[in-house]
Amino acid sequence: MKALRKYIDSVKPNFEEGGKFSWLRSTFGGFETFLFTPNEVNKGGVHVRDAVDLKRTIIVVVLALLPALLFGMYNTGYQHFRMHGILDAVTFGDIFWYGFVQVFPIIVVSYVVGLSIEFAVAQMRGHEINEGFLATGMLIPLVMPADVPLWIVAVATAFAVIFGKEVFGGTGMNLWNPALIARAFLFFAYPSKMSGDSVWYGNQVNVADGFSGATALSVANQTGSTGFDFMDQVYGFIPGSIGETSVIAIALGALLMLCTGVASWKTMFSVFIGGALTAYLFNQFGAESNNMAQLCWCDHLVLGGFCFGAVFMATDPVTSPRTESGKYIYGFLIGAMAIIIRVLNPGYPEGMMLAILLLNTFAPLIDNIIVGRNISRRKNRVKQIAK
Amino acid sequence: MSEVIKLKRGLDIRLAGRSETVYANVAPAEQYAIKPSDFKGLTPKMVAKVGDKVNAGDALFVDKMHPEVRFVSPVSGELIAVNRGERRVILEVVVKADGNTTTCDFGKEDIQSLSRDQIITKLLNSGAWTYFKQRPYNIVADPQLDFKSIFVSTFDTAPLAPDYDFVINGNEANFQAGLDVLSKIAPTFIGVQAESANKAFNGAKGVTITKFSGKHPSGCVGIQINNVQPINIGERVLTIGVQEVVAIGKMFTTGILDFGRIVVVCGSEIKKPAYIRTIVGAQLTNILKDNIASDNVRVISGDVLTGTQTATDGYLGYYDDQVSVIPEGNDYEFMGWAMPGFNKFSNHKTFLSWLTGNKSYKLDTNMHGERRAFVVSGELDEVLPMDIYPEFLFKAIMAQDIDKMIELGICEVVEEDIALCEFVCTSKIPLQKILRNGLNLMAVEVG
Repeated sequence: MKALRKYIDSVKPNFEEGGKFSWLRSTFGGFETFLFTPNEVNKGGVHVRDAVDLKRTIIVVVLALLPALLFGMYNTGYQHFRMHGILDAVTFGDIFWYGFVQVFPIIVVSYVVGLSIEFAVAQMRGHEINEGFLATGMLIPLVMPADVPLWIVAVATAFAVIFGKEVFGGTGMNLWNPALIARAFLFFAYPSKMSGDSVWYGNQVNVADGFSGATALSVANQTGSTGFDFMDQVYGFIPGSIGETSVIAIALGALLMLCTGVASWKTMFSVFIGGALTAYLFNQFGAESNNMAQLCWCDHLVLGGFCFGAVFMATDPVTSPRTESGKYIYGFLIGAMAIIIRVLNPGYPEGMMLAILLLNTFAPLIDNIIVGRNISRRKNRVKQIAK
Repeated sequence: MSEVIKLKRGLDIRLAGRSETVYANVAPAEQYAIKPSDFKGLTPKMVAKVGDKVNAGDALFVDKMHPEVRFVSPVSGELIAVNRGERRVILEVVVKADGNTTTCDFGKEDIQSLSRDQIITKLLNSGAWTYFKQRPYNIVADPQLDFKSIFVSTFDTAPLAPDYDFVINGNEANFQAGLDVLSKIAPTFIGVQAESANKAFNGAKGVTITKFSGKHPSGCVGIQINNVQPINIGERVLTIGVQEVVAIGKMFTTGILDFGRIVVVCGSEIKKPAYIRTIVGAQLTNILKDNIASDNVRVISGDVLTGTQTATDGYLGYYDDQVSVIPEGNDYEFMGWAMPGFNKFSNHKTFLSWLTGNKSYKLDTNMHGERRAFVVSGELDEVLPMDIYPEFLFKAIMAQDIDKMIELGICEVVEEDIALCEFVCTSKIPLQKILRNGLNLMAVEVG
């Protein structure tokens, strides 16, 4: 490693102010700090600091996404071969390889497009490169259908990074979760490619009879039953976006994020409570004719993007409330709102994305109320003394 | 028995290099310095000149705004230098000791028979008034004001901090006399560690005793004030350290202001951590001679969270009773963010060191990352046992929104209270500096 460090030190002057590549300063800095934790020391203020930094935090999120990603690859292949009715004839390797070939290019496109924009913007502003996109770049592919055209991934990622994040000032300043912005952009701009009710696997040629490729939620919307075994829904052997189907894989990620304290259990927990309670109320009091209202609350929680959203999207600290008590309210409302959209909006059977984006918008307001109570406590103290 | 306030939030940084409760002998320092920078917001005006002979207790400089507030020489000797920095700001006023320690006698008094004004006048004359710090702002107090209360914390929870149960040994009566003086100025409160059985602290008379249990910063006086009687806008509260209370008590009973200071010399780079007896403002040369284990170190007057960086020939800070020496961390670490991190101290559980129990860590001064915007939420709240939302307060300060700053409780905090917030901050934001900017802005705009 010393040789590498020596090499970096020898080329570093070229990238510093006055050097011939000084316009690439941010890019160089990004790679340098990726390889080596900087030698910067504390000046003024505290003399020692916690070992954690944002890179470490973000990398835990990326690690937590891996089970969902790997399962998503497998499931992509699984759904493909199931659709063609030749599931019994192929090996595990065939299935995974098919999924890998489908999914990997989406990840590459998401990272290349997103990071290029991040680098360019950092360069323009003379900032350091932020690591926030490492997580976003992984989240975007996981909320896409497996057969999404790559150019759409590129357009959505670019839109999300530029208008979801950079215009607000970059990592830490954005109002909405950039990965969901990417998905929402696709949903509204290319509804024919991504309507939320059907997902394509493979190129839809030679489809076995009677197989539509519809997601479980969409089927349930029309028929009142998901058409899948409950345990299959938990394991994730159902059609859906790449990362969202397996509750088990998502739970592994959730476990990692909760053990490391990277995600807030308060948000996660209250999303599930809010969702379960609302779905249960619809079960009890919803119209008989509304299929979604009659869908069991446990089905609601394991279907579609509910788990994925609760674990990976709702817990994004930047777009959540910053107060601890606010997180309960925020989570609960996301869960409730997701189910309400599913049940009461016949046009769109999935409500998680819109629920989270809506509550992202309201997060500052929730904080404002919580902090406002602290402020009035302080004012009352003065009044008390005045009496 | 008084009630125990249990503070759940906080963090004990398990730093290596703690001192046993033993004294080591060191040769007395030859030079002593009073640094105006130890007093926030002070504009000093020199009253002694280079070459003047001074006694311990003679004024070196005064507060330009309040000339009655005198900053006195801790030893007798000759004023040999006034070191200045940029724009001729006075950095150090250096006195070379003559070794005789001729002290001014301010006269024995019966504390109970003195009025509040007489006491304040005596404190001002002796220079002991500067031992008090005034909140908000953490500045040398304005003697003309009324104070709501005086708070003394009798324990320090900062990393490697001195154990006052040990330091107070032999000075119990002086401590009580000091508290008697304080009670004449304003109602006095002391914070005692729940586990402490010390008679001087638990048996203090004429004051309100509150017991606290919990991790750092439960020993910070600001945290104690907030949990006992939070400061409201317009109110002023004085704080003072244990050793300063002892010195004041001693002055009223003997007439002589004792500038002696018990200091703990600690840190992973100190060969033999120990308590020593020295004098306020002492040069550290003799204290650190042959006692530092390596070359690339940082010498800090104070603790590692709030102390001032100095050098091996620097001077002990005015309010400090601790000298910490830790390794300088100016080296690179390969893929530091990707390692399992069994040997890294963190309040976050992304490093596996949280599985390894209560071992001590040799922390260096590396930042362990680069500055970012606020991303992780709730981490600051976890180490601030106050009814305050730190992140919102800091954002209000950054936006220079004075009304919001006051609403969010800036009057209740000073740097040491939120130093742990700065330590745990994932985004490496210089929070103490931001708070100081906010306090300075407020001092100008609100007063």
